[in-house]
Amino acid sequence: MIARLWPIFRRDLALLLRGAQGRGGAALPLLFFLAVAMLYPFAVGPDARLLSRTGAGVIWVAALLAAILPLDRLVEPDVEAGLFDQWALRGLSEEVLLMVRIVAHWISFGVPLLLAAPLAAGLLSLDGGQLAMVEWGLLLGTPGLAAIGVTIAALTAGLRAGAALGGLLAIPLTVPLLIFGAGSLQPGGEGGLGLLAACSLVALAVAPFAGAAAIRATRE
Amino acid sequence: MVEKDPKFKNMHGFANPARFLRLARWLMPLLLGVGLVLAFGALAWGLLMVPPDRLMGQTVRILFIHVPCAWLGMAGWSTIAVSSLVELVWRHPLAAIAARAAAVPGAVFTALCLITGSIWARPTWGTWWVWDGRLTSYLILLFLYFGYIALAGAAQRDAAAGGGASRVTAVFGMVGAINIPIINRSVVWWNSLHQPASITLGKSSIDPTFLWPLLIGALGFSCIFGGVVLARMRTLLADIQAEARLRRKAMA
Repeated sequence: MIARLWPIFRRDLALLLRGAQGRGGAALPLLFFLAVAMLYPFAVGPDARLLSRTGAGVIWVAALLAAILPLDRLVEPDVEAGLFDQWALRGLSEEVLLMVRIVAHWISFGVPLLLAAPLAAGLLSLDGGQLAMVEWGLLLGTPGLAAIGVTIAALTAGLRAGAALGGLLAIPLTVPLLIFGAGSLQPGGEGGLGLLAACSLVALAVAPFAGAAAIRATRE
Repeated sequence: MVEKDPKFKNMHGFANPARFLRLARWLMPLLLGVGLVLAFGALAWGLLMVPPDRLMGQTVRILFIHVPCAWLGMAGWSTIAVSSLVELVWRHPLAAIAARAAAVPGAVFTALCLITGSIWARPTWGTWWVWDGRLTSYLILLFLYFGYIALAGAAQRDAAAGGGASRVTAVFGMVGAINIPIINRSVVWWNSLHQPASITLGKSSIDPTFLWPLLIGALGFSCIFGGVVLARMRTLLADIQAEARLRRKAMA
């Protein structure tokens, strides 16, 4: 099983990182994330105290918006090309394939955000302690964001209006991650990290099954 | 491709579900009529005859609309979730239609609940909106409804154009059901975290003078909800029937 999944994982990761076959690569959400962090000081003015008080929350909003960006390229091209049908003929279930894709998506989306967060923290005048909390929060929250992203991508893969719907469907589902992620930044809010991890785990547990049901539904 | 699929033949069989339509034909006006009488009676009772509350004063009367709307907003998504489960597991086409039909009335009740709650909160809490657990999770419910309605519309347009994919709507309906227990428990969970006790105001013990019009109002609003869902189901079925007849004529 692992021997059959490994090449698929490498392919998913290469496509998501590099961007090919009509997909933008990992750079697109990353640049978007940094662009939001850069725009915010223009909008509220460069007052360092205000920035450091609100900046960590802005990083979370930027991460959420960046998660919406790649939705229409996560699953749709492979459904369109019939790859999931080919995999199903070879006896690979959609659940397993989507688990692989969630991991690949997290590496191509979550890890770059973790690496870019210090840069955003510099733009938003965050101190070391705040940055550490943001990094912990993103580390625990981005797997959940990746799982929800893949689910929504699978739900909209068979629809012609899918790309436009992705954001509307994803936002209400990702709000708990934002609440606990940003909530953990308040003084004494470290407990939010545990709840954030819980939300991520729920999303990771539900996502492969919901997404697989959606992909199978596109066959009818 | 659609016509050859045996499942869709079944769908066309159900597109003329005589039994459901026979039931709905007399049940729908009955539910709507009884619901309107009960709801207006309970509202008149609540507005004219119930004395002002000791703490909330006259604003207590908003709750006779607010509380049934809140229950039905959640009942609407529960209907969607249960119907979606039936649709996915047993492939019952009426369940699919019931889920689609419950979305818009559910969203309307959810919006009414948020609006009336906001009007009530202005004099009582001194603010239109608080970001506390109950309000936030309920606002998320409204956005889930918006997403569901948009998704159902897109899936239906694709199905009309010859594609499949109506069952993805059911998957989203079941995923969104995660929010229902969160709304239900939010008062308990968030009290323990940060919320001052304002939201449990008057919840612990409701005087019978307030309780009876509230319960009768809830029953009336529920009947209206059921009647509207049945009416929408009949409309959706009529659409499917007209579509099928058109296709038959085109083939003949």
